[in-house]
Amino acid sequence: MMNTVIESAETTKSEFAEETPFKRFTRNFFSSKIATAGFITLCLIVLAAIFASVIAPQNPYDLTQIDIMDSRLAPGGQNIDHTLTYLLGTDEQGRDMLSAILYGVRISIIVGVVSTAIALLIGLTLGLFAAYFGGRVESLIMRAADIQLSFPPILVALILLALMGPGTSKIVIALVAVQWAYYARTARSAALVERKKEYIEAASGLGLSPLRIVFRHLLPNCLPPLIVIAALQVASAISLEATLSFLGLGLSVTEPSLGLLIANGFDYMLSGKYWISVFPGIALLVTVVAINLVADQLRDVLNPRLQTQ
Amino acid sequence: MTEPVPHLQPLLELRNVSKRFTQPLDAIATVANFFGAKKTAEVVHAVDQVSITIHAGEVVGLVGESGCGKSTLGRMVVGLHTLSSGTRWWKGTDLAAFSVAQSLQQQLAMQMIFQDPYASLNPRMRILDIVSEAPVAHGMIPAAQQKEYVAQLLQKVNLDPALARRFPHQFSGGQRARIGIARALAVNPELLVCDEAVAALDVSIQAQVLNLFIKLRDELNLTYLFISHDLGVVRHLSDRVVIMYLGRIVESSPTAELFARPNHPYTIALLASAPKLEVKKIEFYAVKGEIPSPLHPPSGCHFHPRCPHALPRCSVEQPLLEEIAPQHFSACHLNDVAP
Amino acid sequence: MTMTKIVPTLTVQNLQMHFSARDGIVKAVEDVSFSVAPGQIMGLVGESGSGKSMTAYSIMGLIDPPGKIVGGKILLKDQDLRDLSPQAMRRIRGNRIAMIFQDPMMTLNPVLRIDTQMIEAVLAHQKVSKGEAREMARDALVRVGIASPDERLIAYPHQFSGGMRQRVAIAIALLNKPDLIICDEPTTALDVTIQGQILYEMQKLCRESGTALIWITHDLSVIAGLADAVCVMYAGKIVESGTVQDVLGQPQHPYTYGLIASSPSRNLPGQPLRQIAGMTPSLLNLPSGCAFRTRCERATSVCENTPPISTDGARTLRCFHPMQDAIKLVAEANHD
Repeated sequence: MMNTVIESAETTKSEFAEETPFKRFTRNFFSSKIATAGFITLCLIVLAAIFASVIAPQNPYDLTQIDIMDSRLAPGGQNIDHTLTYLLGTDEQGRDMLSAILYGVRISIIVGVVSTAIALLIGLTLGLFAAYFGGRVESLIMRAADIQLSFPPILVALILLALMGPGTSKIVIALVAVQWAYYARTARSAALVERKKEYIEAASGLGLSPLRIVFRHLLPNCLPPLIVIAALQVASAISLEATLSFLGLGLSVTEPSLGLLIANGFDYMLSGKYWISVFPGIALLVTVVAINLVADQLRDVLNPRLQTQ
Repeated sequence: MTEPVPHLQPLLELRNVSKRFTQPLDAIATVANFFGAKKTAEVVHAVDQVSITIHAGEVVGLVGESGCGKSTLGRMVVGLHTLSSGTRWWKGTDLAAFSVAQSLQQQLAMQMIFQDPYASLNPRMRILDIVSEAPVAHGMIPAAQQKEYVAQLLQKVNLDPALARRFPHQFSGGQRARIGIARALAVNPELLVCDEAVAALDVSIQAQVLNLFIKLRDELNLTYLFISHDLGVVRHLSDRVVIMYLGRIVESSPTAELFARPNHPYTIALLASAPKLEVKKIEFYAVKGEIPSPLHPPSGCHFHPRCPHALPRCSVEQPLLEEIAPQHFSACHLNDVAP
Repeated sequence: MTMTKIVPTLTVQNLQMHFSARDGIVKAVEDVSFSVAPGQIMGLVGESGSGKSMTAYSIMGLIDPPGKIVGGKILLKDQDLRDLSPQAMRRIRGNRIAMIFQDPMMTLNPVLRIDTQMIEAVLAHQKVSKGEAREMARDALVRVGIASPDERLIAYPHQFSGGMRQRVAIAIALLNKPDLIICDEPTTALDVTIQGQILYEMQKLCRESGTALIWITHDLSVIAGLADAVCVMYAGKIVESGTVQDVLGQPQHPYTYGLIASSPSRNLPGQPLRQIAGMTPSLLNLPSGCAFRTRCERATSVCENTPPISTDGARTLRCFHPMQDAIKLVAEANHD
């Protein structure tokens, strides 16, 4: 039978008809209960942060809304008129802790995500170029990254903030400066592996421009390990920013992140007014853990060795 | 199978090409040298002074084992590796002389089919995009006609066009091999270099893909450089066979002639070692010794440590390719010994 | 002349190995039966997904969940391996049955010296001194054709080429003088001349020591030269088995016939090869009855039922429409 055989769709795995890589990914991701729980928690936190101004009982940074007479009330305490119940207590200024935490989570997440995103962009581009072009370009970029990584992140952040002064944008710059190298290095090693694969050679043989090869072929295939790192790094950035704020070098008092809230309440720990520090601390912990659970599952799902070919 | 007419201009020619891969000394080794350690940069002569000519319509088989340089040579033919020395000629003109724009045309005329059906396709692109990317990017077809063009190509390689929107992981090895072929055909090449294109496939699928190669050669007037370690396949497909060992061509001849009257001791060893599908129990033939590392090739004739007939001359002087029969070339000092 | 009944070294009866995947049960090995006599070389031939490697792992007891042997007997001489406890099976593995893998680095530990590894393999099963174990290791290296064994003993695996590593893996398999060696595609990744060397050594060794050998491969030409008997597997079942002369000379099953007919050496040069149409079906989605019927030219509606196993002396066949009339395959004029 020498006729040409048209292989029909039925002979290929019918259970995977039209399944995009994304659908396959979501199917694998939600197969773990813990990760799903982490994801839901994270979604709730993010939603709370976005709608903070709507759900919070008061805007804690609007001076007209707070009353110094209500300061340092225990959780469940009420104001003089009994019109407001402070579910999580108040701080030394009379601000409602619940509202402060909601606003604080918003700041923390925004700072964490923005700095991670910028660092990812910069690190990814530099890493891809280093891998694709090799030679001097690679040496330059990688040595800069090595130098960056040999300093403790806190130290670098502190020095930069000392030079630049406080402020939200400065914090973001400091966080980016501390993180980019990690992405560059990972992007480069992922790209080095991918670059040797035959589909890159094929693209080259087909006369496609280097820019196209880097962004259309290398980049999407180097992204998985970077997404995992980025997810973990958001948590790490949030923690780092909290530390900086705790040390007083972070954001300004008018827009306190969770770190600053913790710092503020620290003095009151010994006198028994734990809620001013502890509740923001718990909020920070839950956020970081939720992010880590999601990131861990991402890493397992995106691991090429566990993927079926 | 037509024998190529000798006076016609060759399609592609490599003249005296070499490819060296150097591992340069790093900073520490340079410092060590400063103190007297005699460290030299490691050089691998992957391809050493090779000349090869491919005529239009021919199928040239390139055979050899690990370290012989056949894959490197294949990549030099299509331009994926630069030449360390030597020249590359396309239809009678030196390729180095072309402008960048013209080189693109030549680049597209020579395409490679790769070995690994899994790594040769971008896992994140749909088949439609994989096949149509290059012709659209180079303006060969308008983007609107993408779908029909790809459908046509997929049918040519015996794949259902309805599968075009799927991703590589949804196909079997044999199907991916065909997609790779469709991708190469999309830019209307004249020369196809198949680098072990069927080695990674199951036996029953190999036959299908080889038949596809034969069909395409007839339909599209293609020329092939077929790189393989499988002598049976090479014998079936090729008009002419070239045998390489450690970066050099040791023998080159029309197919029937080579298998009937192999000349070089390495060719003889290769043919004797290859298991044959015959029903009598045979005693396997063993060539002594390991294949030397390309980093430290033996002096003179590379094969002399393993050659059963080595002369003293063989360890000193490199034998050159000589014509021992019409179109049959061999590089062996034994041919100079008076009978 | 009295015929003494020789107990086969290995007898596999109706072996079934399944594993549960997310989308159903994969019947990787289904109703596999064969036996190997002492000193005999048996080839287990099939393509990817045929179950040949899984059969080997089942014999070695190397199947982990979600895989499970769900039926059949594996008799080493006359002892059913399935009845053994894990400790008892460990005493058998590497001692009475040894396995050689396609990638020698599955056998060799990259951070240990060769002598350390080989001595370890000996001492795990024999009560000898370290010095004696080292002597045995050295002898084994010589037997597999490794020149200068003393240098090789103190080296590490990464200092060897692929062919050399595979030889060391074979030497390790031989150390405890096993009754049976199972080789899973050991030469597939090696160069032709190196493969020739190893096949030569294996042939010699089996003749000299009377060890039974199961050689798993997809390459029929290796089996033609090396083996005495052959089993051809497709989609988890043995579709044809018998002596090499019978099965490769006059194949009865359309699949075996198709494999041989598609070999370049059996076709006119330059002409399209005779090919088997279609692809191996997914093991999750096997056709009812004969799994090969979707690709078989001779299939009829009766093939939707499970084909009967016909036995003719040492030969077995699973087919409704065997290639009856002693069709000899065309050996073309200009091929030897």
